[in-house]
Amino acid sequence: MESLNIFIRSIFIDNMVFAFFFGMCSYIAVSKSVKTALGLGAAVTFVMVMTVPLNYLLYEYVLKADALVAGVDLSFLTFIVFIATIAAFVQLVEMAVEKFSPTLYNQLGIFLPLIAVNCAIMGGSLFMQQKVDAAELTSLWQTIVYGLGSGLGWWLAIVMMAAIREKTTYSHIPAALKGPGIAFIITGLMGIGFMIFSGIQF
Amino acid sequence: MEKEPLFSAKNLKFLTGPFSANNPVIVQILGICSALAVTVQLKPAIVMALSVTVVTGFANLVMSLLRNGVPSRIRIIVQLVVIAALVILVDQVLKAFVYEVSKQLSVYVGLIITNCIVMGRVEAFALANKPWASFLDGLGNGLGYGLILVIVAFFRELFGSGSLMGYRIIPESWYMAEGGFYSNCGLMLFPPMALIIVGCIIWVHRSRNKDLQEK
Repeated sequence: MESLNIFIRSIFIDNMVFAFFFGMCSYIAVSKSVKTALGLGAAVTFVMVMTVPLNYLLYEYVLKADALVAGVDLSFLTFIVFIATIAAFVQLVEMAVEKFSPTLYNQLGIFLPLIAVNCAIMGGSLFMQQKVDAAELTSLWQTIVYGLGSGLGWWLAIVMMAAIREKTTYSHIPAALKGPGIAFIITGLMGIGFMIFSGIQF
Repeated sequence: MEKEPLFSAKNLKFLTGPFSANNPVIVQILGICSALAVTVQLKPAIVMALSVTVVTGFANLVMSLLRNGVPSRIRIIVQLVVIAALVILVDQVLKAFVYEVSKQLSVYVGLIITNCIVMGRVEAFALANKPWASFLDGLGNGLGYGLILVIVAFFRELFGSGSLMGYRIIPESWYMAEGGFYSNCGLMLFPPMALIIVGCIIWVHRSRNKDLQEK
């Protein structure tokens, strides 16, 4: 039940885009067509499911105070360790995809390496650290669920946004608002819509 | 070759360009990720703006100094290490001197690492330019980002809590509770309003700069 709660919460209530603005840069830049949005969302979700638990293990067994050697607190190194894990993992995924599925590799193109600097992924790991400190996430299984939920939430948001933007190409938008301006305002309105989920609990 | 003065017109342009015509947030659409959540109040917004300015400035400087020694295949990881080291420094300084604000900023300080402005400026500018020009470009972009942060935070704090920098601006006696006519706009405190305000800033900015409008 606890895990289901974490899952629902991370998709709808603490949605990466609407509640925390994570991954906004690629969210605005890539949400022009549903097809690319689907591909990028899938890649982000996959990387998130893998890196959040990986960083949890590193934090729990290496970086935390007294984890490695009693009396040594390495937690000031979290930023650099987390980003190194993420960058290394993205590099691995890129190499694996290139080797085993060249078609997919060509479809994703530049978006694949750019996942390394997607704030949603780093943000997921940093929030995981905060939640572990606050004892909201207590096991490896829960961090996997949290990573999966956050990734799916981001995926949902970017696909919804891409669908709306495809429709807006036919609407009359004031010249100065075209492009990013209207994208921001639509995201804001979607965020207000997502606020109805707050308070849901199982 | 003639030596250029430190603040020549060309160098100053690197510093001031990002304030409006080439603003990182509203023109290049970079670095929105870690920005908007810190704009509920003016004070954390200013601290965040200064931190980002320091990081962009020095990241540009360091990468510009290293630009001839780093093979291009591994440059991303080198950049990440330089930026992460700078962010750790900033984080430790914030924790030591302004602990309260650092608590408020929470994970967003760490997210400066993945802030697209820092990476974007290093990739686009520092790898091809001299250290001093890169440093100015970094500072300018940090300040341009800060400018938007401060504008958004100004509106959100003024209308959301009726104060600025924690000082009360709208008198207590105006409020409903005291028998007045006024109440705060609670919606301003929620995340979606930050996006809508940025949308409006882009609207105003692009109606004044017609060449930026999309066809």
